[in-house]
Amino acid sequence: MSNPQMVMYEEEFNQIQVIVDRLVREANAQVVFIIDKNGQLIAAAGDTEQIDTTSLASLTAGNIAATGGIAKLLRENEFSTQFHEGERANIHIQLVGNRVILVVIFDNKTSLGLVRLRVKKASEELNHIFEALLRKVSDPNREAPFAEITDDDIDNLFND
Amino acid sequence: MSFINYLSREINCKIVYYGPGLCGKTTNLQYIYNKTNPEAKGKMISLATETERTLFFDFLPLALGEIRGFKTRFHLYTVPGQVFYDASRKLILKGVDGVVFVADSQIARMEANLESMENLRTNLAEQGYSLDKLPYVVQYNKRDMPSVAPVDELRALLNPTSVPDYEAIATSGEGVFETLKAIAKLVLTELKRGGAGAGPGTGTR
Ligand SMILES: Nc1nc2c(ncn2[C@@H]2O[C@H](COP(=O)(O)OP(=O)(O)OP(=O)(O)O)[C@@H](O)[C@H]2O)c(=O)[nH]1
Ligand SMILES: [Mg+2]
Repeated sequence: MSNPQMVMYEEEFNQIQVIVDRLVREANAQVVFIIDKNGQLIAAAGDTEQIDTTSLASLTAGNIAATGGIAKLLRENEFSTQFHEGERANIHIQLVGNRVILVVIFDNKTSLGLVRLRVKKASEELNHIFEALLRKVSDPNREAPFAEITDDDIDNLFND
Repeated sequence: MSFINYLSREINCKIVYYGPGLCGKTTNLQYIYNKTNPEAKGKMISLATETERTLFFDFLPLALGEIRGFKTRFHLYTVPGQVFYDASRKLILKGVDGVVFVADSQIARMEANLESMENLRTNLAEQGYSLDKLPYVVQYNKRDMPSVAPVDELRALLNPTSVPDYEAIATSGEGVFETLKAIAKLVLTELKRGGAGAGPGTGTR
């Protein structure tokens, strides 16, 4: 088994971005995020300026991890969907292929039904992309992504 | 599990501060947060009880500079040290790239240190990681307290494999950045080698 790194290349990123951009439009959402299960932000679309995306990514991943832990206790498969309704903002969280998390934030300009419908379609498409990406990453012939850096490079990072 | 983004030219790594309750994990992160330039850090998130004990985790995103045009970003997490939060500790360890074990130097806390270290090994093993293969450093914290064990003794007890170790007083910051730099360096070196601590595969579970 090769290393379990998550890697993002331009080709796949562009495919993912097309999907999240479209999801914002078609679901009439405010913001859409894709986060990996460890809390790293992968892609975002919509009105992201108002939001601390790094914090949101880490908290959402923690939330999914916690509900995943509860599911395990109940001998249940992971709860793949969560929905939280606020006064102004609503948040729909979808686990995609048990690997990445699709987050949609929306207000009353749209409906939960529409969001669900669009999320379902986007999830399937995203799942294919991430599966292909993982195959690419775990290809044993792939060079170690960071082999070209030297010990000096690393040392230099810490010379203040 | 580090995340390399060739598009934004970023490497993201996850470092977890582990150790018994009240050993000073959160204080390490608070000190780092307070001493870091605003442009190099994000917001620190602490999910804590009303008495400021960590309930789920603390989180601090940090940028440490560039290597060959790649921005290095570290996500620092602390676990809740209290024994009964074990389920949460397991969750925080998922996808870890490097571990800092913060020991409490006080003689009265020796058993708690040992128990926590044992717990770290067990929880890592459950996820297919081995502490001996993971970037890992030890910090002997609270060196300013009145009845602390000598460092040699702590070392014999808590660092049998002689990984890099540091004395610290997290409240005043002594040893805090030394510890952080050491673990960051080990994590990057591991990344360069192309490994990730012999962690589990990316497959679903
Ligand atoms: N004297 C002294 N006090 C310290 C030191 N480091 C931490 N403390 C204090 O110890 C207490 C506990 O510190 P925390 O950082 O909250 O401990 P923690 O490991 O995060 O604890 P949990 O969240 O319960 O796991 C606080 O009152 C700190 O101010 C130190 O080096 N010296
Ligand atoms: Mg704490």
